[in-house]
Amino acid sequence: MRYVIIGNSAAGIGAVEGIRQVDNQVEVTVISSEPYHTYSRPAISYLLMGRTTEEKMKYRDDDFYDKMRCKILCGKTVTEVRPAAKQVVLDEGSVISYDKLLVATGSEPFVPSFDGLDMVSQKFTFMSLDDARKLGAALRKDKQVLIVGAGLIGLKCAEGILDKVRSVTVLDLAPRILSSILVEDGAQLVQCHLESKGIDFRLSTGVKYFDSNRAMLVNGEMVGFDLLVLATGVRPNTALLASIVDIDKGIVINKKSETSAKDIYAAGDCTQTLDISSGENRIMPLLPGAYMQGECAGVNMADGNMSFDKAIPMNAIGFFGKHIITAGNYSGEVYTENVKDRYKRLFYSDNKLNGYILIGNVEKAGIYTSLIRERTPLDSIDFSLICEKPGLMAFTKEERNQKLGSVSL
Amino acid sequence: MAVNFLYPDYEVSRNDDRCIACRVCERQCANEVHEFLADTNKMVSDDAKCVNCHRCVALCPTRALKIVKNNNTYKENANWSAKTMNELYRQASSGGVLLSSMGNPENYPVYFDKILLNASQVTNPSIDPLREPMETRVFLGAKPQNIERDEAGRIVNNLPPHLTLSMPMMFSAMSYGSISYNAHESLARAAEELGILYNTGEGGLHEDFYCYGKNTIVQVASGRFGVHPDYLNSGAAIEIKIGQGAKPGIGGHLPGEKIVGDISRTRMIPEGSDAISPAPHHDIYSIEDLRQLVFSLKEATNYQKPIIVKIAAVHNVAAIASGIARSGADIIAIDGFRGGTGAAPTRIRDHVGVPIELALAGVDKRLRDEGIRDNVSIVAGGSIRSSADIVKAIALGADCVYIATAALIALGCHLCRSCHTGKCNWGIATQVPDLVKRLNPEIGYKRLVNLLTAWQHEIKEMIGGMGINSIESLKGNRLMLRGVGLSEKELEILGIKYAGE
Amino acid sequence: MKRVYVNEKWCLGCHLCEYYCAFGESNKKDMARALKDIKINPKIWIEEKDGVSFAVSCRHCKEPLCVKSCITGALTIKDGVVTINKDKCISCYTCILICPYGAVSPSEDGAVQKCELCVKTTWGTPACVEGCPNGAIVFEERG
Repeated sequence: MRYVIIGNSAAGIGAVEGIRQVDNQVEVTVISSEPYHTYSRPAISYLLMGRTTEEKMKYRDDDFYDKMRCKILCGKTVTEVRPAAKQVVLDEGSVISYDKLLVATGSEPFVPSFDGLDMVSQKFTFMSLDDARKLGAALRKDKQVLIVGAGLIGLKCAEGILDKVRSVTVLDLAPRILSSILVEDGAQLVQCHLESKGIDFRLSTGVKYFDSNRAMLVNGEMVGFDLLVLATGVRPNTALLASIVDIDKGIVINKKSETSAKDIYAAGDCTQTLDISSGENRIMPLLPGAYMQGECAGVNMADGNMSFDKAIPMNAIGFFGKHIITAGNYSGEVYTENVKDRYKRLFYSDNKLNGYILIGNVEKAGIYTSLIRERTPLDSIDFSLICEKPGLMAFTKEERNQKLGSVSL
Repeated sequence: MAVNFLYPDYEVSRNDDRCIACRVCERQCANEVHEFLADTNKMVSDDAKCVNCHRCVALCPTRALKIVKNNNTYKENANWSAKTMNELYRQASSGGVLLSSMGNPENYPVYFDKILLNASQVTNPSIDPLREPMETRVFLGAKPQNIERDEAGRIVNNLPPHLTLSMPMMFSAMSYGSISYNAHESLARAAEELGILYNTGEGGLHEDFYCYGKNTIVQVASGRFGVHPDYLNSGAAIEIKIGQGAKPGIGGHLPGEKIVGDISRTRMIPEGSDAISPAPHHDIYSIEDLRQLVFSLKEATNYQKPIIVKIAAVHNVAAIASGIARSGADIIAIDGFRGGTGAAPTRIRDHVGVPIELALAGVDKRLRDEGIRDNVSIVAGGSIRSSADIVKAIALGADCVYIATAALIALGCHLCRSCHTGKCNWGIATQVPDLVKRLNPEIGYKRLVNLLTAWQHEIKEMIGGMGINSIESLKGNRLMLRGVGLSEKELEILGIKYAGE
Repeated sequence: MKRVYVNEKWCLGCHLCEYYCAFGESNKKDMARALKDIKINPKIWIEEKDGVSFAVSCRHCKEPLCVKSCITGALTIKDGVVTINKDKCISCYTCILICPYGAVSPSEDGAVQKCELCVKTTWGTPACVEGCPNGAIVFEERG
């Protein structure tokens, strides 16, 4: 028996650990196109900032593959999957056969076709360690940076490099920053905070074309730059399985991480997942979900039984010490709290918490997250108390005794 | 009014170098002595509210607190003490009877402390309890007068109902109401584990505690609170309470505000009504009347359970005990004048009754002289403080002792003697839920078990040293006792010789 | 494995667990010296309302969401104890986002903090358990 895992990030590592929970014998091979020990992708902005090092940002200890008795093929890219023969083909031509295959190929930056982009000499994306190394090497105190995209990646990049360059300007088509996770007033709050640290914004406008080191904007403005970072979004790497399994927005999997093809599993950013907070299938390129999906795939590959069916969008992100935690979707009635350093929005309907946004004070946010993930009926708890203050006090005495007096899963 | 100002007896001494303002003292003081001042980040205290219960001292994690005696003094006067003067000021202000809790604190002689024990040397061997068997079991109840045999010559079991105890100690009566549910649970569980008995007091028996029945003495007192057939049959013995050492001759009064919830249900009286126990049993004006109640209770329990009659030690206690021994009662419990209470008028507590040592010796002698000692067992109570007190009490004629104050101290009581306020910070003498929960029976019962187990060990050591290997052989064995600092008359009443004799 | 369990029936809301926790972490011998004039940031804390109180700290889940969600691998399970490697933590707060007990909290040292059952202190058994005056916090094996 040999299990092959394509991908060496959260989902792939989750799968290795999942397999080993069930089966200590089976041969496991991990194939990674990146020539590195597994590392934390979201840590790259902290790397530029100097808050971590390449050594510390390793996602698992150096002896991980040994301990897990798994073979790691770094710097090899799978170019083809042959489901009938149960083989994968590597870029250097070799063929590896598998009994079960996990595709955890993640996502890649999506860059729209801007006129004149190919004429920009210093342009970067910000997804991988290589990206971070390249960008890091180009940073100088006299450089002006233009970041296209005020999403999570763009802004973490901005935070990571601000101190190392002359200026950072962030551009987005949307009228607000972090439009995927914040609503208007929250975005405004965070934007003010970022502006106070020195980041410039151009919102509600896009790039019309690039002219070497200048960007002509749709609103007529011209922004000069030395370095261009393109953070316009990501898309799932599904190409390997094209015409092999069902693919919609991403690779379609069930709650056991199985694709439509036998013995082929998929997990992480390359898949689409049911968001139980909205009931919609979505791409959720988030590390915790990727790990849990990968672990689930691993357990099921090794003939264990695990389901991952509690996916919701969720984000913990911070800029210059101001923390933001969000989860779920923002529909329904709204509980609002807006006092000094405590921005809070809870969204609920039909006796369920749908989502929330916390900015500033994020303590015990996980209690809200669990209400969404567990679809807890709000009339079974003291909802007005928990709105005010996340805590176990809002649960019934029996539930508290269960939570605090027994072994938890 | 200025004349009413009484300087606090004690003051809270806080070491500011050690205080970390964790506020545990503030949170744990039901008397609201401590307060946190946010502006200075400091704790302050109001000595006037302090009852000196040591809750804060015990819980302070940095040992920043102690309670010290105040040295504010009136002009010295051997006759008019500060205490007397303060009581007088209080009464002049209130017009009321002074109330107190726990046992008589006054400086009367403690005879146990004037009696010394014997040990074997050369002429008879002492016994090492770690190597040789030692019997601490005792049996309480009337003993048969003679051996009966059937036609075939076999011995007929004519033993009246009796109690078997693993050691000569029982927890004496403390009602549910005067002490908390958790205190009762601690006593009940400890009694069960130790193989002894505890006593419901006159407050009835909470339904949760019926499961401890074989380790329970159910009490019938003058108020007859909580008495019904199931109650009488639930225990291993029934005690008729005639009197209590702390307040002989008077009844009891549990104020209506404490008659709430479970307590009202257990006592079978409406919530909020005062529970007044009359001074006498209104159906007992003579030994003959007592006999009627004794047999009513035996009848109600099918002659299965021994009946205890508890009296306070008063002047003619021996004659009264003689009557009780003829009333059909199986056990006499005598409560000395140092016995504790949840509340008693101060003057009664401090000035009425006689010491248990003298009463016990007198009763034992009288019953033996009259040839009726085997009609009854004798339980002595009223400030048994240690295993040495127990050994002395048994040598003076007791079959067993009742302990209560010592048990409460094991549970955390610091003898602040403020039970009557109902705000016991140790969760013992209170019904305030937040305070009651401070006594975790899981901890409490183990401490009681520890205490009595330790005492049992000590008793074995002491009697082993005398060359005695069972409690039965110690009972009434006054040769094992000698007096020091006692008059001829005291020695005569105690029935013991002077040390050196 | 032994874990910390809480029984609110016996919790007095005295907050001593919080102070013992902070003291335990200080690795000093004397609590007065360790905590004098310090605002503590303990890893166990009391929730209280209307006479009900109880302590909350890490449950050391068998399947800890925080460990699975940690983006840098800073949170791991070591001999059953959910442990934080402060060197690797970048304070992204994903663990705070996911812990259903609210048991992971921010700290001043640039990493998150959580109860580690005093395995890194000199107490041996958790300090909060030692300091609880009423047996409301226990350290024992349960199913």
